[in-house]
Amino acid sequence: MTATVLPIALALFSLSLLLNLYRLLRGPDIVDRILGLDTLNVNAIAVIVLGGIYMDSSLIFEAALLIALMGFVSTVAMTKYLVRGDVIE
Amino acid sequence: MMGESMALPFWLDALIALLLLSGALVALLGSIGLARMPDVYMRLHGPTKASTLGVGATLLGSMIWFGVGHEGLSAQEVLITVFLFATAPVSAHMMARAALHRRVACREGTHGEPWDEMDRLPGYAESSSSSDNQR
Repeated sequence: MTATVLPIALALFSLSLLLNLYRLLRGPDIVDRILGLDTLNVNAIAVIVLGGIYMDSSLIFEAALLIALMGFVSTVAMTKYLVRGDVIE
Repeated sequence: MMGESMALPFWLDALIALLLLSGALVALLGSIGLARMPDVYMRLHGPTKASTLGVGATLLGSMIWFGVGHEGLSAQEVLITVFLFATAPVSAHMMARAALHRRVACREGTHGEPWDEMDRLPGYAESSSSSDNQR
């Protein structure tokens, strides 16, 4: 049953990646673009995890962990730059 | 590719499939909210709550899949889940603060402005300017 659900879940996540990309490209304000990029990161983690199930190997979870880490740090850096005018005070 | 999936008991297979499918649907709902809502403050709602829950459900399904008899539960997966649930509210809070700081416009028909309340908060105006100098 998982084998049949897996491509459907991948397709749904790809659709949400496209919606996030639309918001990232179009967003009227810079905060919209940051929000779109952050959501893109979160959904990319899920796509990588589903790919790991599909390939039956947990090797690429390192990449997902890296994306989670760098995505959070970059979001915090960009918002901090917007609010404070500097990233590292 | 997925050759061992027959080894799982039926109810566990169904549980993993349910978690993956519902997670993908909830994450898609959050992304639709991100694309369709009218202003920044509403758009924050979709991805920060729905997408985190959807990705969390997907990660839980994957943890069950790898935990039951494939390669064993990997530490990376648990770390990703913990990290995601710990950092999603923080980044959402910081993005909302950036939107308030930049005074991004609300949609028409909003009663009052969001930053009116923020200016009235005790210590916000001071803390945003004076704590830079102390550090």
